[in-house]
Amino acid sequence: MFDDFFIRALVAGIGVAIVTGPLGCFVIWRRLSYFGDTLSHSALLGVTLAYSMEFNIAFSVFIISSLIALTLIQLQKRTNLPGDALLGLLAHSSLAVGLVVIGFLSFIRFDIMGLLFGDILAVTVNDLLIIWIGGALILLVLKLIWKPLFASTVNYELAEAEGLNPDRAKAIFTILMAAIIAISIKMVGLLLITGMLIIPAAMARNISSSPQKMVIYSIIGGLLSVILGLFSSLEFNTASGPSIIAASLFLFILSLLNIKQSIKLKN
Amino acid sequence: MSDNQNTLVKLNEAGFRVNNKWLVRGVSLQVEKGKIVTLIGPNGSGKSTTAKIALGIYKKIDGSVERSTDKIGYVPQKISIDWTLPLRVYDFMVLTENLNEKTIDEALSLTGVTHLKSKNLGDLSGGEFQRVLLARAISKKPELLVLDEPVQGVDFTGEIALYELIKKISDELNCGILLISHDLHTVMSATDHVVCLNGHVCCSGSPIDVAKNNEYKALFGEQASQILSRYEHKHDHVHTSEGEIKKN
Repeated sequence: MFDDFFIRALVAGIGVAIVTGPLGCFVIWRRLSYFGDTLSHSALLGVTLAYSMEFNIAFSVFIISSLIALTLIQLQKRTNLPGDALLGLLAHSSLAVGLVVIGFLSFIRFDIMGLLFGDILAVTVNDLLIIWIGGALILLVLKLIWKPLFASTVNYELAEAEGLNPDRAKAIFTILMAAIIAISIKMVGLLLITGMLIIPAAMARNISSSPQKMVIYSIIGGLLSVILGLFSSLEFNTASGPSIIAASLFLFILSLLNIKQSIKLKN
Repeated sequence: MSDNQNTLVKLNEAGFRVNNKWLVRGVSLQVEKGKIVTLIGPNGSGKSTTAKIALGIYKKIDGSVERSTDKIGYVPQKISIDWTLPLRVYDFMVLTENLNEKTIDEALSLTGVTHLKSKNLGDLSGGEFQRVLLARAISKKPELLVLDEPVQGVDFTGEIALYELIKKISDELNCGILLISHDLHTVMSATDHVVCLNGHVCCSGSPIDVAKNNEYKALFGEQASQILSRYEHKHDHVHTSEGEIKKN
């Protein structure tokens, strides 16, 4: 069944969407979309290291993104620069260093476009295993830290006062972010992973009245985006990542119609 | 205040500073089971800071704080909730602990806001939100309640009812309460121990002792110490077992 590249892409995409759904909600709630960008830009460095040292790509990206996240936390403690400046600094410098390293690795042929925007042809059975096992682990850990993470998202001091240890939850969540980027990089590409995280969740916010509903709609939105996006990418011969993101944008626009209606109802 | 077994939280010479400016320093106090300890003092005197030290929100403190319970309910003075979250009152009630429907309904009805259960938190008025905050804090049946201006924005009759409720909770759950309040009437009538702050502990003791203290008078004025006399007169008689009132 997994012989067909399209089936493989579909199974991979579905796995990714189930995980990006809930994580994306937290990215929106905690205002981390630029943080997601920074981590995914740093993924290029991870990919080049994987090629040069013959590591597994997902593993290497996970390590580099986690290191970048840790560096960010240290820089926030030690400098007076605002958070967004630090994020920009890390995002662009890690992207630049990644590209420079690629220049040195002239003996390897890189599919830069595939790396930046995703490539369905590149998804192997091995990648499927990484996505589904890695994804299941991410969701399991997220479930374990849900209470403290969610409570501290609503109000840090309440969570801290009532003994939920929000700092630990935040650190674990940061690692989960690095992990989702690592497992989804082949599908969506590193420039568009943040889109996969935030657009379905943003769509879900428009139509949900409770956090649980938002998570569920976010997953459904992600799944629909993957299916719509991959079929249209097959049909029009476009790159898989942009097609999936374009599909999620389409769903987001549809959800805006719902908002208009509910505002009308209120008035 | 010496029985260590009943002590829920104890501050020893605790202080907290930001950028070398002391918000509060040298605070020693303890809250015991079934007792209400109230912090009073002018704006900026370190009341909320003291509460946050007691709760462990501020970690890099001078002195020490010992907590012997982790069943804590907290009503912060200011709460900024990000409305990018779709959050109903129900979701807020189970924020830090999973509770069953019955417990949630009970707590909401105690503070008179059962009808708001499925409303969006962002649509509540200030007073309604305050009642929900209090309901959430008591719903988990905490051993220690920290209430920072718990009735701000609540209408006058509601205010009295909520303070009565707080007193009742303290008796029923036998929990200790650390209360911050501007309302000297309440403080003096329902409190076991008063700590008067002004960057440090000005004076502390029973409400009667504090009201007589000169530093307290200097902070709040003569009038404030007379508030107490209205409550004091209640103690000029005793209730006999026959139900009669006997003057002292």
